[in-house]
Amino acid sequence: MAEKGPDEKQFSRRDFLKTTGVATGGIIGGSLLGGFVGFNMNGDSGGDTAQNDQESGGDIAQGQQDPGRVFFHNDAEFETISQAMERIFPEDDMGPGAITLGAPYFLDMQLAGQYGNNTREYMQGPFYAGETTQGYQARLRRAELFRLGIERLNAEANEQFDDDFSNLDGEDQDEILTRFQEGEADLGVPEDTAKPEDFFGLLRSATIEGVYADPLYRGNRGMEGWKMKNFPGHQYQYIDRIQSDSMVEIDPQPLFGGDHNGNGNG
Amino acid sequence: MATEMDRVDVVTVGVGWTGGIVAAEAAKAGLQVVGLERGRERGTEDYQHIHDEYKYAIRYELMQDVSKETLTFRNSRDQRALPMRQLGSFLLGENLGGAGTHWNGQTWRFLPYDFEIRSMTEERYGSEKLRDDDGYRVQDWGITYDELEPYFDQFEKTAGISGEENPLSGPRSNPYPTPPMMKTRILEMFEEASSNLGYDPIMMPSANLSEQFENPDGQTIAACQYCGFCERFGCEYGAKSSPEVTVIPAARETGNFEVRTHSNVVEILTDEDDDSQVTGVRYVDTRTGEEFIQPADVVVLNSYVFNNYKLLRVSDIGQQYDPETEEGTLGRNYCYQIFGGATGYFDEQFNTFMGAGALGMAFDNYNGDNFDHSDLDFLHGGNMAITQTGNRPIATNTIRPDTPSWGSEFKKESIENYTRTLRVQGQGASLPHKDNYIDLDDEYTDAYGIPLVQLTYNFTDQDVSAQKYLAEKAAEVVEEMGANEVVVDAEISDYSIVPYQSTHNTGGTVMGDDPETSVTNNWLQHWDRDNLFVVGAGSFVHNSGYNPTATVGALAYRCAEGVIRFAEEGGRLEEE
Repeated sequence: MAEKGPDEKQFSRRDFLKTTGVATGGIIGGSLLGGFVGFNMNGDSGGDTAQNDQESGGDIAQGQQDPGRVFFHNDAEFETISQAMERIFPEDDMGPGAITLGAPYFLDMQLAGQYGNNTREYMQGPFYAGETTQGYQARLRRAELFRLGIERLNAEANEQFDDDFSNLDGEDQDEILTRFQEGEADLGVPEDTAKPEDFFGLLRSATIEGVYADPLYRGNRGMEGWKMKNFPGHQYQYIDRIQSDSMVEIDPQPLFGGDHNGNGNG
Repeated sequence: MATEMDRVDVVTVGVGWTGGIVAAEAAKAGLQVVGLERGRERGTEDYQHIHDEYKYAIRYELMQDVSKETLTFRNSRDQRALPMRQLGSFLLGENLGGAGTHWNGQTWRFLPYDFEIRSMTEERYGSEKLRDDDGYRVQDWGITYDELEPYFDQFEKTAGISGEENPLSGPRSNPYPTPPMMKTRILEMFEEASSNLGYDPIMMPSANLSEQFENPDGQTIAACQYCGFCERFGCEYGAKSSPEVTVIPAARETGNFEVRTHSNVVEILTDEDDDSQVTGVRYVDTRTGEEFIQPADVVVLNSYVFNNYKLLRVSDIGQQYDPETEEGTLGRNYCYQIFGGATGYFDEQFNTFMGAGALGMAFDNYNGDNFDHSDLDFLHGGNMAITQTGNRPIATNTIRPDTPSWGSEFKKESIENYTRTLRVQGQGASLPHKDNYIDLDDEYTDAYGIPLVQLTYNFTDQDVSAQKYLAEKAAEVVEEMGANEVVVDAEISDYSIVPYQSTHNTGGTVMGDDPETSVTNNWLQHWDRDNLFVVGAGSFVHNSGYNPTATVGALAYRCAEGVIRFAEEGGRLEEE
């Protein structure tokens, strides 16, 4: 049951950079990567949206250009996780959702680094499933758990609805995600390797992090996550405003200058 | 073979608040001091890009690297203890300054009642109230508030604490060194509501200074800019009192203090022929792996609760506590805290993103024995407070209890409530129970091959009752503040190591006046080894309804005086 997906082959970052042209340091335009990857970030709304965004040229549309990926080298995997993140934080009348905000790109970079490899966490065995009060006890590092989770999202989707996760409508996707959240989904591995709710928990928190982290980390594009929430980001001080009797509206500011609007050309 | 270094007068294991205080005082008194710090050097200049919630608050950049060392945890003895694989319930410090770098700065003195809790409870309610038969092990600290007051005063002056007189706290010999912080609309609402209800609100004593201050050591602490990035962050202005801006530079300026970073102490060394002394410590250079021996006339353990315990245990100093027989003192009296609060939902939007770690108002009407416990099934209580620490968007997603935790409804609720909810919370005391203790794990080891510390802990019946009581009282305040809707915290059940609660772990190496029930005397001098001192929140006999740092600081000044006196006269300090 614990078979790995087709991504078994060792991933070489250098090869990937060469292929995509990221290493040239230039602007990664939608045309270049869009053409190469054939990926659209809005899932089933299709290439139309991507095209419209490019034409409209608005802030968020700019942000929707693909900044390149360092972890997800399989487009279908990235599509699956992107859609799952969108269900966690969907686009609606409050404002943009996880995909438009670039949260999947945030996750992509995190999984390639310290976070994905649990570098600062205790990963020595032996591993036992443990009680909920004892916290994460999985043998898998986050990068491995996300890969497995994506594989199992599709497996569950096929079992329940006879199609891949990304081809389902939102309600059916929610049903699958709920099965993970409630520990009912089959992760295909023993409990001491990982639990489905572990995967869901990480997916949920990574989505929120990708929506609200500083744009430095490639999510929260155009600081639109912050704008929705009225969070002004990095401000040096509030000493002259903190005694105000009413809510003070402040234009948000990213950590580094004004260029980190998340569209990859800062 | 380990390299033997030149002998020094004093070695401190760890250079945070307590190590810094002991080092500064001992070095000022002319003693040669070496501070061994397992982490790296750091200071204000390292915090220039600190306004990064993700890096610092979510991924814990400043905290202990638990890939190298963590602890194992279980709720009770019949469970298998498993490693805390990532930080959660509490955030352990590492690097120069320790957890004193990323604290909020809420600087409360414990109450006179705290130090004499057993005597005062017996006197007012009779000994039945102590519930010895239910396994509670309430005991006095072997020191009174009045004896400790001068050291509280000294710590507050060193840190430049901003505050105002608290009518429900112990008497003060001096006013706070700096005036209270600014009062904001949120704080004013709390002040009015709690005054209406007959309580005594005061501005929270703060180590985020209301104005620039030069402390008695000649160190300058800057004025707080209310940027909203205190907890889990360092201060880019040097406006939050921390060891790096106060006691460490003061110690260095004497010329008698050397900090050795990347130096992880793994053992306290003893002499086979003399079981009344220790001879120094053995440490590992964390970068090269080389081993060193640092001989010293006095050894002071200044690391965190768990590591102070661990060094004594692995060095076989003192007797491990056994929960079956209740013999042994090392590892007993481990305590944590409980939080009972309520959240109010308002139409009005507030500047919740502005703030400072200790910007708040509070009252002590339900703390300690400031209220009648005759008809209550718990002792002690908690400090009730509202704080405006600067809410940040990743961590702050307040939703009503019936809202799903993801999806459109979650998104709407969490966004709307970000600036429209206020929380009042009681920080509740926790009392020792015979089943809650620290031990060594027999399965998992750290990066140096040494067993991990094992924690066995669960909330007690008293904790459950006190939490519920404080939550209900908090709800009354929130309602009086004019909330449309008040959501009271759910009752607690089993303690979980996963969600953040507080870094206020206490006990394990407790102080006292009886070697049968404590590890050190009230000078923090080890009962078995005259030249070994152990100080920190591990010295607390129980945990109070306050943040611990002022009491830790006071004990460190007490310890420093003991170290200096011992260096001059030797012998047992309690016999004078």
